[in-house]
Amino acid sequence: MGIGANIPRIDGPQKIQGTTRYVDDIPTEGVTHGTTIRAPAARGRITRIRFDPDVPWDEYVIVDHKDIPGHNEVALIESDQPALVASEFRHRHEPVLLIGHRSMSAVRRAARAVRVEFEPLPAITDPRQPLTADRVQYGADNVFKRIDIHKGDPDSAFADAAHVIEGQYETGSQEHVYLEPQGMLAYHQDGQLVVVGSLQCPYFVLSALKHLFGRREDALRVIQAPIGGAFGGKEDYPSVIAIHAALLAEKSGGPAKIVYDRQEDMAVTTKRHPSWVRHRTAVDRDGRLLAMDINVLLDGGAYVTLSPVVLSRAAIHAAGPYFCEHIHVHGEVHFTNSPPYGAFRGFGAPQTLFAVERQMNAIADRIGMDPAEARRRNLLRDGQTMATGQVYRDGVDLVGLMDHALDHASYVSRRAEYEKLNRKHPYVRRGIGFSTFFHGAGFTGGGETRLASEVWVEGHGDGTLEVLTANTEMGQGARTVLTQIAADTLGVTEDQVTAAVPDTARAPNSGPTVASRTTMIVGKLVEQACRDLASTVGADGASLPAAVRAWHRSHPGRRLVGRARYQTPKNIQWDEETYRGDAYSCFAWATHVADVEVDLRTYVVRVRNYVAVQEVGKVVHPVLATGQIQGGVAQGIGWALTEEVVLEDGAMTNNQMTNYIIPTAADLPNIRVFFEEQPAAFGPRGAKGIGELPMDGPAPAVINAVCHALGTSIDQIPLTPERLMAHLEGDGDG
Amino acid sequence: MDNIELTFTLNGKPVTRTVPVDARLLDVLRYDCGCTGTKEGCGEGECGACTVLLDDLPVNACLVPAFQVAGRLVETVESTDASLADVLNRTGTAQCGACTPGIVMTTRWLMSHPEALDDASLRMLMSGNLCRCTGYDAVIAGARQALHREEED
Repeated sequence: MGIGANIPRIDGPQKIQGTTRYVDDIPTEGVTHGTTIRAPAARGRITRIRFDPDVPWDEYVIVDHKDIPGHNEVALIESDQPALVASEFRHRHEPVLLIGHRSMSAVRRAARAVRVEFEPLPAITDPRQPLTADRVQYGADNVFKRIDIHKGDPDSAFADAAHVIEGQYETGSQEHVYLEPQGMLAYHQDGQLVVVGSLQCPYFVLSALKHLFGRREDALRVIQAPIGGAFGGKEDYPSVIAIHAALLAEKSGGPAKIVYDRQEDMAVTTKRHPSWVRHRTAVDRDGRLLAMDINVLLDGGAYVTLSPVVLSRAAIHAAGPYFCEHIHVHGEVHFTNSPPYGAFRGFGAPQTLFAVERQMNAIADRIGMDPAEARRRNLLRDGQTMATGQVYRDGVDLVGLMDHALDHASYVSRRAEYEKLNRKHPYVRRGIGFSTFFHGAGFTGGGETRLASEVWVEGHGDGTLEVLTANTEMGQGARTVLTQIAADTLGVTEDQVTAAVPDTARAPNSGPTVASRTTMIVGKLVEQACRDLASTVGADGASLPAAVRAWHRSHPGRRLVGRARYQTPKNIQWDEETYRGDAYSCFAWATHVADVEVDLRTYVVRVRNYVAVQEVGKVVHPVLATGQIQGGVAQGIGWALTEEVVLEDGAMTNNQMTNYIIPTAADLPNIRVFFEEQPAAFGPRGAKGIGELPMDGPAPAVINAVCHALGTSIDQIPLTPERLMAHLEGDGDG
Repeated sequence: MDNIELTFTLNGKPVTRTVPVDARLLDVLRYDCGCTGTKEGCGEGECGACTVLLDDLPVNACLVPAFQVAGRLVETVESTDASLADVLNRTGTAQCGACTPGIVMTTRWLMSHPEALDDASLRMLMSGNLCRCTGYDAVIAGARQALHREEED
């Protein structure tokens, strides 16, 4: 057993036998069910709220902004988002009132009996729309954040280039569709206000509650309930629902619960940022990149939330895993009157990697070179610098990695075979395409240093060991992997270690469960905390439990805790002002190959084969790691082909699973996953972050394959049948 | 709303509950019978998270009016035996676990139809159960192994 072994997933049997209690499964005596009354338009000023006089309102708990004891702000990077609208609302579905009742059906009836009347105000729902003074709602120009990354002198390089290639790429929003909708339960216990729910980041919720209620941290407690999927969607939005449930619990004096149904969840919670990326690339006669000028625009929605850091990751990944001496990346994320866009697996990188991987194919087409050859000439090599000046020294042979993927997919022979087939067949077109990409693991730049995450490993009186972190199991396998790392480090079996459920009353702040950081960064801290514990008791391996028991006998009433706190690696330097330096402590690398078929009668694109080759350092648990890759690829294929968020008035209108199409088992091929392990210096036993990487590559691989099949250039996703038809018939926007 | 007295067999045991005449089977299972293993993913018969077996056929419990199960057999995820759970756990069927109860019930139904063995058929028969975590390979592998185990028995 140990690291690299497929130990049985710890939370698996209970999930498979249906005994895991998610937030909506927790039996709660006398709970008040809450619902949210929301703003009916993109922007307006509330003039009056009408309550239908036929409803016995005295039976209900009604909460509005005046019930907020501290600040009416959802604390995050900035505190611009109100928890409940006081007067002016800035996006459709913005929360205005909370209504609670012991009976769920009474709550539903009442929700239909409240009407928010308002005076409309000028709104902006497309960041490309020219801005007028009456639509400015953030700063001087609605720009949440601007980033410039400068390397070399692109202007002079453009002047002498053999070729200058331009491209414009557009990606749509994407809904997470975690299978468990969001929900929170709040109650009072032992003088504390306790919130239990489906959340990725217990300490984010804790600080939001602290700010809103104006209370000390020890008067509040946040506990993670089992999470039925998150993908970033339960990073920042849970603070909003937690606040709402807590306000209802405070006013009703008893437990209160808010669980969204699917339609509400899809309409109101965060989604992936829509993007528009422009490339202008200077290339020499041999296809070598001379200069890259990249412009990134993201739609941020109505409040800042996490948009500045999404833009940061988008900008840093925008030039791809290539060496180019002269680069300028300019990025902006704008305010619009849409529900705020937020964290979603990949966090800005999928958008800019889609653009650069389409652009690389456009470059290859222009100079008449195979896309693989164009990359072979430009992929980073040891000692070369990336866009921020970070020196590439991972030791991974990126050309070799790409070539292995192409071999697994029989790229060369398929390419030729399909070109022949496509000339003959009346309506079937086949194509093969790929993407080469990377993903920085952990927080960007100085983020990990600021987080200063802390992990504890406790040895109990009975000799058992407990890993205490704030990092949540959301399906990715965190509990199993952290247990495995602890057991392996201490030299004990996995059943002697438990990874505790995150609870702010018990576990230290080891940071949020985001950014592919749990295995690599928190796992490393688990390793260090285990060593600290072992050295305190002077034992490890088989003799450890006895040594832990002996320590307790000689230290009665004391806790035995091994501790570790994040220390910035010595060789990491980052300048937030200039965007120069080491953006990430390490990167994971990949090439994905998609093999597609297009039916010209229906315009449906089907992925027939998919090969995913990646270098993620040491693979801690092959079954779980493979599951991460396959799940990410499925989500990426959905984003590329079918998942269209239809917006009206800035908000999603196809907010049901019938109309928002995620892939089924019948829509996907077997996703063949290959790992190449080159242990990185940083993570536990050389493991790197893995969770987001597989979201980055599928969209460009699939669209590159479609372009090969059809001999055309498609630069917008999702490529729904309707959009492909419009593109091929020449009257569309695709 | 009028209530009715409803009697049916749940996981092999007779149960009687007084429920609203328009109650969904999903709510009766979750809130009146304590079988919270059955999940609501969409409430419109699209995702399959609430799949249960009704007289040995998979149905979406969110679309079944509870009165229709009077006198019939209902099986939910809670009656899944530990050895099947172990097989599915080893293949990685469950990640977040929210779609899992439905996937498990469809797998159990497939196990009574071992003729549907090839992967394309398995994928088609599993396509009523949406999963956002696995990309389905582990789900199909789990179903395949469950079927093989059935053959060996």
